Amino acid sequence: MQFMLLFSRQGKLRLQKWYVPLSDKEKKKITRELVQTVLARKPKMCSFLEWRDLKIVYKRYASLYFCCAIEDQDNELITLEIIHRYVELLDKYFGSVCELDIIFNFEKAYFILDEFLLGGEAQETSKKNVLKAIEQADLLQEVRYTPNHSHVWQI
Amino acid sequence: MSPSVPLQEMIRAIRSARTQCEERGVIQRECAAIRAQFRQADNGGRSHNLAKLLYVHMLGYPAHFGQMECVRMIASPRYSEKRVGYLGAMMLLDEKQDASLLITNSIKNDLSNSNQYIQSLALCTLACMGSAEMCRDLAPEIDRLLRASNSYIKKKAALCAVHIVRKVHDLGELFTKAARSLLTEKNHGVVHGAVVLITELCERNSETLERFRKTVPDLVQIMKGLVISGYSPDHDVAGISDPFLQVRILRLLRILGRNNEGASDAMNDLLAQVATNTDSTKTVGNAVLYETVLTVLDIKSESGLRVLAVNILGRFLLNNDRNIRYIAMTSLQKIVGTDHNAVQRHRGTIVDCLKDQDASVKRRALDLSLALVSASNIRSMMKELLSFLSSCPPELRSQTASGIFNAAERYAPSQRWHIDTILHVLTTAGGDVRDETVPNLIQLITNTSELHCYTVHKLYRALLSDISQQPLVQVACWCIGEYGDLLLRGECQETEPVQVTEDDVLDVLETVLQSHMSFPSTRGFALTATMKLSTRITENVDRIRSIVSIYGSCIDVELQQRAVEYNALFKKYDHMSLFCSAAICIWMHLNNVQSAGLSPPLCGVSQVCDLLDLLGGSEQPLQPSPALGSTAPPMPVSTANTVGGDLLDLLGGLEPTPITLLFKRLMHSPWLNTDLKLMQPSTLSVFSVVATVTVYEKDGVTVTLSCEKQSDSGLTVTLTASNSTESDIRGFTLQAAVPKSVQLHMKAPSGDSLPARGAAKVTQMVVLNNPNKVA
Repeated sequence: MQFMLLFSRQGKLRLQKWYVPLSDKEKKKITRELVQTVLARKPKMCSFLEWRDLKIVYKRYASLYFCCAIEDQDNELITLEIIHRYVELLDKYFGSVCELDIIFNFEKAYFILDEFLLGGEAQETSKKNVLKAIEQADLLQEVRYTPNHSHVWQI
Repeated sequence: MSPSVPLQEMIRAIRSARTQCEERGVIQRECAAIRAQFRQADNGGRSHNLAKLLYVHMLGYPAHFGQMECVRMIASPRYSEKRVGYLGAMMLLDEKQDASLLITNSIKNDLSNSNQYIQSLALCTLACMGSAEMCRDLAPEIDRLLRASNSYIKKKAALCAVHIVRKVHDLGELFTKAARSLLTEKNHGVVHGAVVLITELCERNSETLERFRKTVPDLVQIMKGLVISGYSPDHDVAGISDPFLQVRILRLLRILGRNNEGASDAMNDLLAQVATNTDSTKTVGNAVLYETVLTVLDIKSESGLRVLAVNILGRFLLNNDRNIRYIAMTSLQKIVGTDHNAVQRHRGTIVDCLKDQDASVKRRALDLSLALVSASNIRSMMKELLSFLSSCPPELRSQTASGIFNAAERYAPSQRWHIDTILHVLTTAGGDVRDETVPNLIQLITNTSELHCYTVHKLYRALLSDISQQPLVQVACWCIGEYGDLLLRGECQETEPVQVTEDDVLDVLETVLQSHMSFPSTRGFALTATMKLSTRITENVDRIRSIVSIYGSCIDVELQQRAVEYNALFKKYDHMSLFCSAAICIWMHLNNVQSAGLSPPLCGVSQVCDLLDLLGGSEQPLQPSPALGSTAPPMPVSTANTVGGDLLDLLGGLEPTPITLLFKRLMHSPWLNTDLKLMQPSTLSVFSVVATVTVYEKDGVTVTLSCEKQSDSGLTVTLTASNSTESDIRGFTLQAAVPKSVQLHMKAPSGDSLPARGAAKVTQMVVLNNPNKVA
């Protein structure tokens, strides 16, 4: 996978994960164009499209579009499954996930993605294992937070 | 879950901003606060600040001032800070930033951390944005982790190694051994990582691929385990056990089995098993089937297995899910060359997909349909393609039109059908056809002499109804100019007769000339056609003169020049008999494919030369045409100085027909420089000068032409060819074509090979007869 984008129906970016080195300017350009292209598609259309020299696989879940760019040799159908697996993970983690969860806890969404995909490939094929790892990492991170910012406890 | 209230507060504030301006204000304030915080000494809220910055970055605002903070946070002992720091690194630092090198050391330390979650952060970041330098530095560490760590780390290390190999190909060697041993692990994640790594190594290096072929039995074993085993709750997706791993193994098997009988044999049974037993009701099952089909079609599989695979694709074509249909067509496209008959069986379904709503599906169906056209199904396929053309999305029009033309050219059952088809395309999608369609069609019409009458009638009718499609109008004008007499005669065998008067024809041409829709080139065609008609019609020459003289003051320079020249012609010569159609059009096709010793670039000798080059010799550079037998490309306008003063560039430069271009050249040819000759009613008298003219001289091949007038209506032309190159030229033939009013008789050539160094010449006599003394 070269990159994954999550964006709303209004075209607002909610998550972007890039696995190829590109400048900020290029990333913005690609994002803008791709978002436009995907949003222009009608509901019943194919989930795959050819864009520049990449294959784009996208799927809409409620108000969010999940869009992945894969290479020529990659399997489009299994990419749809990867997207679905990610949504399931988010769902399990946040409990019936919605767009707001991803907006207000975007760093968590990234952490979950990074536990599921590594370098653009799936690293763990068991849902249970991914969730367990996140749980453990969260525990590690737990910070006791006091109002005046002066005390920080780490467990 | 750690509370990140400051972050969430900020997000709320930003979202509640009602205008873009307000939002910018909030963000600027926040960024200022964050910058201040960064400058302060370590406080508890560092991770929150960075997180806020990352959010702002995602909205599209600049955040480069956070780069150093990321570097600092990564080095922090606190996990929460490390986590956000690494996230920031992946978002703000890519390998192009200098700051990215600074984290190499931190990553190195973290890779050896006792806590696996910290190791995991380092691995993740390296695999996401590691530059080639960082990869080189840290590769030994990764290798160490591949061998001795727990499965949580091993699976991540494997994918990290994949990234390293992609960045620095040579490092592949380093990981080969470890990759091999990882295959034997039980943990699915590790095996998956190993398979991806091995795939990457094999794709990069063919030696490595040879070595890994030995793993085929192991891979087959693993797959079998997945396919046959009972329900495994951890990895089950809709009844398929670990589809992600299955797909990757199938892909690796594909690479290992390609071009190798032994490996392909070893996996035959397994593939058959997967193909038959996988449940295809859900997408996930189809994903596995799809990968299986791709593998079967790519390796050296048994024919039975291939048939099974194509049948699966056939089933996909009938699936309700549009995605599956799309996938099926993509795969069929890949094999339509090799397994043509198998794909033909599904032609009906594919053609139906042309009517699908989705543009991607339509495009695939179009590609596939064009590939499936053959001599036996040309008529029915063309019907479908033409109806597709009238309703297809605009971005597919030009591709469809060219596809139709190619198919028509290859498989046309009859000339008339061919012309009809082209006309149909021009009427439906005239604006989207390529430029060479017009000359191609003109050539086709010229060559189909028996259909001239039919064609000109049809084109005339088309012109009456619509003059907006430029290619159609151009061809129609040319036809009317060329065969106007047939049009006026009224009867035609192939279509119903229609009474066309000279005025009607001139009306139509004038409409084209005056229409704002006509391109300048189209107007040129129309003007020239009008001129040509002056030789064919008898009553309305005055009208033609007046039309032409109007354009003498046209703004368009090209048209003006033509009009002025035509006007001058009118004044000087009453007979426009010189004009076109009487000339001999000799096309020299030099077929030089077998000439030994000529290196491929020099085989440009195998070009189609228009006579104009032959007569012009070195005046203009020959434009090589890409393929043998294609029509001459339009030649640039020759405004070279004409010998003899007021000889006119009669025909402008835009009509590339051989006849007209020949004329242009005849006029410019040095041995025709007296007006006297032009006065002769018979053009053949132009050749009454018995002179030998070198008509072609290029790449060592010279052709000369000499003419001798035998009688009032007969002429003998002798063509002599010689070869001054170092090697023989074999298979040398000359071909000639004449307009239909002239009879041509080619005598046998003296030979068909030109020996080297001018040792001997090849001569050929051509007898021409012009009984009607048509000018």
